[in-house]
Order: sequence, then C-alpha cells, then structure tokens
Amino acid sequence: MQMPEPDASILARRSELITALRKIVPGDGVIADDAGMRVYESDGLPAYRQIPLAVVLPDTVAQIADILRLCDEWGVKVVPRGAGTSLSGGALPLADGIILGLGKFNKVLEIDYDNRAVRVQPGVTNLGISQAVDGEGFYYAPDPSSQIACSIGGNVAENAGGVHCLKYGVTTNNLLGLEMVLLSGEVIRLGGKHLDSGGYDLMGLLTGSEGLLGVITEVTVRILKKPETARAVLIGFPSSEAAGTCVAEVIGAGIIPGGMEMMDRAAIHAAEEFCRAGYPLEAEALLIVELDGPGPEVDHLIEQVRKIAESCGSTSLRASENEAERTAFWAGRKAAFPAIGRISPDYMCMDGTIPRNRLPDVLARMSQLSEKHGLRVANVFHAGDGNLHPLILYDANAGELETAEAFGADILRLCVEVGGVLTGEHGVGVEKRDLMAEVFTEEDLAQQQRVKCAFDPNGRLNPGKVFPVLHSCAELGRLEVHKGELPFPEIPRF
Amino acid sequence: MAETLKPRDAAQVAELLTWAGAEDKTVELVGGGSKAGLGRPMDTDYRLDLSALDGVSLYEPEELVLRAGAATPLGQIQAMLAQQRQQLAFEPPDFGDLYQNLQEQTIGGVLSANLAGPRRIKAGAARDHFLGLEAVSGRGQAFKSGGRVVKNVTGYDLCKLMAGSFGTLAALTEVTVKVLPAAEKVRTVLLFGQDDAAAILAMSQAAASPHEISALAHLPGPIAARSAVSYVGGAGAAVTAVRIEGPEPSVLHRTAALRRQWGTLGAVEELHGHNSAALWREIANVAPLLPDAEAAIWKLSATPSLGAGIMAAALASGGEGYYDWAGGLLWLSIPGQDDGGAALVRGALTGTDARADTGHATLMRGPAALRERIDVFQPGAPALAALSARIKDSFDPRRILNPGRMYGAY
Repeated sequence: MQMPEPDASILARRSELITALRKIVPGDGVIADDAGMRVYESDGLPAYRQIPLAVVLPDTVAQIADILRLCDEWGVKVVPRGAGTSLSGGALPLADGIILGLGKFNKVLEIDYDNRAVRVQPGVTNLGISQAVDGEGFYYAPDPSSQIACSIGGNVAENAGGVHCLKYGVTTNNLLGLEMVLLSGEVIRLGGKHLDSGGYDLMGLLTGSEGLLGVITEVTVRILKKPETARAVLIGFPSSEAAGTCVAEVIGAGIIPGGMEMMDRAAIHAAEEFCRAGYPLEAEALLIVELDGPGPEVDHLIEQVRKIAESCGSTSLRASENEAERTAFWAGRKAAFPAIGRISPDYMCMDGTIPRNRLPDVLARMSQLSEKHGLRVANVFHAGDGNLHPLILYDANAGELETAEAFGADILRLCVEVGGVLTGEHGVGVEKRDLMAEVFTEEDLAQQQRVKCAFDPNGRLNPGKVFPVLHSCAELGRLEVHKGELPFPEIPRF
Repeated sequence: MAETLKPRDAAQVAELLTWAGAEDKTVELVGGGSKAGLGRPMDTDYRLDLSALDGVSLYEPEELVLRAGAATPLGQIQAMLAQQRQQLAFEPPDFGDLYQNLQEQTIGGVLSANLAGPRRIKAGAARDHFLGLEAVSGRGQAFKSGGRVVKNVTGYDLCKLMAGSFGTLAALTEVTVKVLPAAEKVRTVLLFGQDDAAAILAMSQAAASPHEISALAHLPGPIAARSAVSYVGGAGAAVTAVRIEGPEPSVLHRTAALRRQWGTLGAVEELHGHNSAALWREIANVAPLLPDAEAAIWKLSATPSLGAGIMAAALASGGEGYYDWAGGLLWLSIPGQDDGGAALVRGALTGTDARADTGHATLMRGPAALRERIDVFQPGAPALAALSARIKDSFDPRRILNPGRMYGAY
C-alpha cells in the first residue's frame, strides 16, 4: 500500500506552518512533538502508521474554517479525525499533512423530544447520544460495535451501520441535519429537523464520503422511542447452508427482525471461550435473531421464527426469557473481535457485502482460500443484510501481514464476483483503495472524483484514501469534443 | 416543439448526449412524462424519450431487491411486488390527478423527484430505497454507483445525489431499489375535533410512542369534509389520523394503545382495510386540495413542531392546507396571488428561525408563467447554491440536461 509521495516543500515549511496554526488555535491545541503525535499515528487499522506534520485540535467552527483556508492556500493536506476507530485507515495521517482532530467538539447541543431530534457536535460518541436521551426512553438506532468509542462525525463519514440496521437503517437513514466546513472556509448547513432536501441531497452525498469532501462540525440525528420489549433467539444449525436458508425464509415470511446475525464454527468457539454466552458448540452455524416491539408482537414472531428454523433443520433453539439473558446472548457476538484477538496474535477484519443467497458458496470458497493462503479465518456476519465480517488470523511478527492482505483481497474480489461490494460499513479508506478498480470503471471513479473537485478543487482533504489513482481536477474536467451531424439515423424521431 | 429522439438502449443515450454536448444542444429527459408540470418550464433543443429503457431485469423477493430499466412503469413494478406481498415502502404518491396527466409514472421519475408518501416518517423517502444506478452524465459518459446490496459504502453514494435532482445531473438508465414486505394488517385511528396546534401535539405524542407509527396526518374540518371515506368526510370536524401496520396481534395491541392515548383528547374512531387505504391514498395524492384547479399548490417540509405556526403564516392572505408526516409536511393551496404565495410561504419558513433551518418549500403545481417567474425549489444560501452549481457542472459541464428545470441558471 503506497501513500502519495510527501511534498518536500511542505515538509520544509513545517515550523512556519506550526507557528501559523498556533495563531489560529492558541494554547495546547497544536501538537507538534513526536511523543504527542504518536497517539495519532494510526486509527483502528493499526497495520498502517504514519506520524503527521502536526496535530491540530480546534474548539470552534471559526478556527476550523481558518485552518482549512490556511491549509488550502499553503498546499497542506488535511486528514480529519474523530475518535480514530476507523477500520479502513480513513484517519491514517500523511507525512506532509495535518491531523484535524474533532475531539473537543464533544457537546450535546440540543435535545428536542417534540421533534424526536438531537443536535450534537461531531465528537460526541454514538453511545453518548443514546445515553443523553435514555432517561426519556429514547435511543439513536445505528449501533456499530465500537459505539462506546466511535464519534458521530466518524459515523457520518463512514455511513456506519451496526447490528440493528436491517430494520432501522444505517447512519444515512437516521440523519436530519449536518453542518460542514469546506476547504474554502465556507460553512454550509444542510437539513435541520425536517425531512429531505429542497435541492440536491448533499447530506446523502456527505454520508459515507470518508472525510474527502468537507469537515463535519455539527450533526442532527433522529431518535426513536425504545421498543416495549426485545427478545433474542439463539438457533444452532448443522451447516451454514441451513442457517442461510433459514434467514431467507424468515425474510420471505415478511419478518424484518431488529437484528439477525450469523457466526461460523470458529467464531462460535472463540466467543464462547471468551464470554460463556451459552452458545451451542456442536453447531456449524449460529443465528442470533432479535425481535423487538410490543410483547404480543415479539411472542408471535418468535413462534414463527421457531417454526421456520425447525423446518430448516435447526439443532437447537433458545429464546431469551429476560433482559439479562438477551444481553448475554449478544455479549458473545459483540465480543467476537476481542475473542478472536485472544486466539491469534493479530487479526484483520474484512467487510464485504454479498447477496445473502450466495452465502454458502462464498463460505465454501473462503475455506479454500484459507487453505491456499495457509491462514485461519473466522466469520461473523450481519446475515439479514449480507454484510460479512471475515476475521483473518495472522501473526505480523511471523511476517504474515502480506499473506493476510492477499487473502483479504481475494475475499473481497470474491464478494464482488458474486454481485456484492468491497465494504458494507467500514469504508474504503486506504485498506480497500487499490481494489476499487475491481468494482468501478475508470469513468465511474473519474465521476466520483469530479464530485470531490466541486468541494475541494485542490485535492487537500484526505488524499490517498478511497481513490487508487489521484488526478488533478483540471485533468478530470477536460472535455472531449467531436463535433458533427446528429448521428444514428436508426434512432426513432418524432 | 423540440424534436423527440428515442434511444433504444443506454449505449444510444450515451452517444446522443455526447453528440448533444459537442453541439451545445440542450436536452429534456422524459421517462413517462407524468411529472412534466413539476419544476420550472424548459425550452430545449431536443426531447430525449427514454421509454425504451424499461423492464424488470432482476427481482429476488427473499433478497428484498429489484432492478429495472429507469423508464419501467411504476404500476408494473408495484403489481409484481404485490404478487409477492411486497411493496416499495416509501409509498410513492400518484400525482396523476394533481397534474391532470394520464401518463404513467416511471420508477426513474419517482426516484429523480425523490417522492414519498405518508410512510416517509417510518420507512424513509425514495432516496432511502435507492441502492444502485447506471446512468449517463451530461458529459455523455456512462457510469454506475451503488449496487444491489443494502449495506454499501464503496465509493460516494451518488444514488442520494441523483434522488431529487430532476434529471439535471444525468440520465438514469437502470436503477436498483430495496423492496420490503407489505404489512399483514393495517389499522387507522381517527381523532376528531382538534385545532391545528392541538393536532400537532397529539401527533407528536403518537410519534414519540414506541408503537412504530407508519403515518400521521391532520386534516382541518373543511378539508376533511371532502374525503370520500365516510367516517372522515361525514365527521363534521377536523380529523387527525394515525396508521399502525404489522403482524395482526401487534397491530391490535398498538391500535388499542393509541385509542387509549388519543381517547383522552377527544372522540376516536377506527378505520379498517379499504377505508384506511382510501384515506391514506387521498392524503398522499393531494386529493383534498384538488377541487380548486387554479390555486398554486405548495409542499413544505418543515420542523414538525412549528407546523401549525408556519401554516397560519403562509395562509395569511387566504388559502387552505393540511398536514402529513406528523406535522412535518404541509400541503397548501393558495389562490389568487401574483407570486403564487411564494413570498408568504417562504417567509413563513424563515420567519421562525433566522438560520432558516426550519424547512423548504416547493411549488408543486402552478401555471408555467408562474413557475418561470418564481423559485419553484427552495433557493439555498449563497455558499450552498454555489456548491450545488459546481456539483451540477461536475456531471454536466455544458449544462445540457434539463436546463432550468430546478434553477434559472441551470
């Protein structure tokens, strides 16, 4: 993985730049010493590290605007960073760029129960929003596994999902408003507490744009009343095919569960060892199905799911009888990553999405790839929406990183081949950047980069992420001209 | 009258737009033509009839996904879905009566206008169900975005950008949408006799309940009286309505809970099956405002709790209106104003909040001369308007696609 060559002229002006940044953000808001910057050298993808030019931690929107304007003028690259939990290297620093940390933007600005909306600064954690409204019985629906730590600004940048997005949607479906600052220093407000856009849907475009278009300085989300009850069902199956059939039949019966997760044998064993959640160790595949709503609905649906599971050959089924049990059922799944971390020195988490009905085929071929590369893999899977999280087990100290990367790339190519995509919720970042050509044509990528040019004509914001090849906006904007008579006499005219 | 060209496939669309760009010829994109009355009037060199790009190429009910040519008639898709007890959950409205236009609307048209019906508050708008696209930009280049899976952050989400862009960025050629199961049971609870402010509070209470409300609307007395549903039309009072959908035991439980909740506020009634469906169809399709065929019709998306105040201010010089989306969607009919009521309507939105985050207004129906003269779509703040223009140019630098449909400059 190559990052763009650092610009020597920028490196040479470092101390001048730091002085200028300190004029904008006085006090300890500019970090320029190696020890202080080491904290920021990587994000949730620790395989890649880089010390930035400087770290700036502004506390007002006006400071952000000044920083961006300065960097745009000086030709300095800017990498925005929320909580630094990106699993795709979205916040990986650049040697000739600053880290713009939004950590000080950590206030809940307004809770509006009448309009079921909460307005926050981007550094507030995902869970912090739910906690702020918990007393009144509300919550914010998207719940990525990192929700204790990850920031809502980062959630917007990556369009984060979670286990409940089959029913409640991902970040983009739960946003009402955004404020962002462009490289020009212009502050733009989108949405509010109302629905939809009066013009182009820039909020939808910003969501999942991985910090390449603008710096998000405020987020308004929709909150929901907590369901009256929620129960989870653990269902063991003798094969992943049987579990996959059960998922299809549950949805085919018109049931959209609050969550529907699958784990394979390796993940079941690692999680059970770690958490003692009571998972069926004899099963080849485990489904966790959560039903939420009023009591009568949940009981009714659990009965339907039970019948479907039995008809699909389930070998065990347990429904949670109380909240403690439900939490325990989820504990194993939510701890799947650290559980794998215990049985392997390092692991790499992939994030492809596939059409659900291709799951048995994909799992079988993943086992073949596992043998080919000589590395183990465990699978946790948002079964309801086809989002796979294969965890590749490797040992970096044994020089296995490159093999693991090659294995991961093979898995993602496989996802694309069966009609899926490279990433469902972690983002492209640097990790999957060089695989973008597996999905997109040159023109597809050129058009996306032209959109970036509308926001950031000089390419200062988070370059080296998402797009495998950087083109200048002048190059991207060039038009081919071939004048002539209206061709195609065969086209019907009226 | 502009000459009409009818490409056979996406490749011909690309060839035509490449040629049009080189020749500086402007092009109106037409799918079914059902929404020709929405947006500013255009005068283009050519009309591009995209109706040959039709047909459903993939429908996998258990995968909740459907792919179709952009000009596939919506009715054809809805009939296929109904056979599998599925639906487009965003409940696309039918504006055939609003525009007095009998052309069939297409899936591409619904997405391009980002339309959604009463279920918007629960299920999202067209944008939230738009998974993937193939299109030809104003540069004459074919490109794609998204895919066929719901969870996807691979590259920018250009589907969102295309939704609501009214054909000003690219010609959609193929679209992939998320489909969902239709509810097994539907009930509507009616509450009678609330004034606008009280109704907004009642709707807010219901929306803040755990009952997964699928629609909330309020019809002031004279508007309710026009309903063909006898419980509504014959009520002799304002009617506030809440819809509950889901499995039968759940719907019965929640309906009872809402009857108890609203029963403390006034008299309540319950609609089943046919009556319930008919009422929400009227609300979605703006049926209550159609008797005055001359008045300007506006759609306002606003902060729900401010709905009643905005309605009153917008109607200061006459007219009438009703509420959908729990008070967040205002449908207004304003007769006899030179500007169609634009100044009052937009003033009502910004009057309550200097930052103007309170919402946006679209002139949904009006004479061509009026749509030419005023801003049909909400004008954005200068920095936002300039950014939107740069985005337009990133897809269509010569501004050949639907010029003037959204804004005068492009």
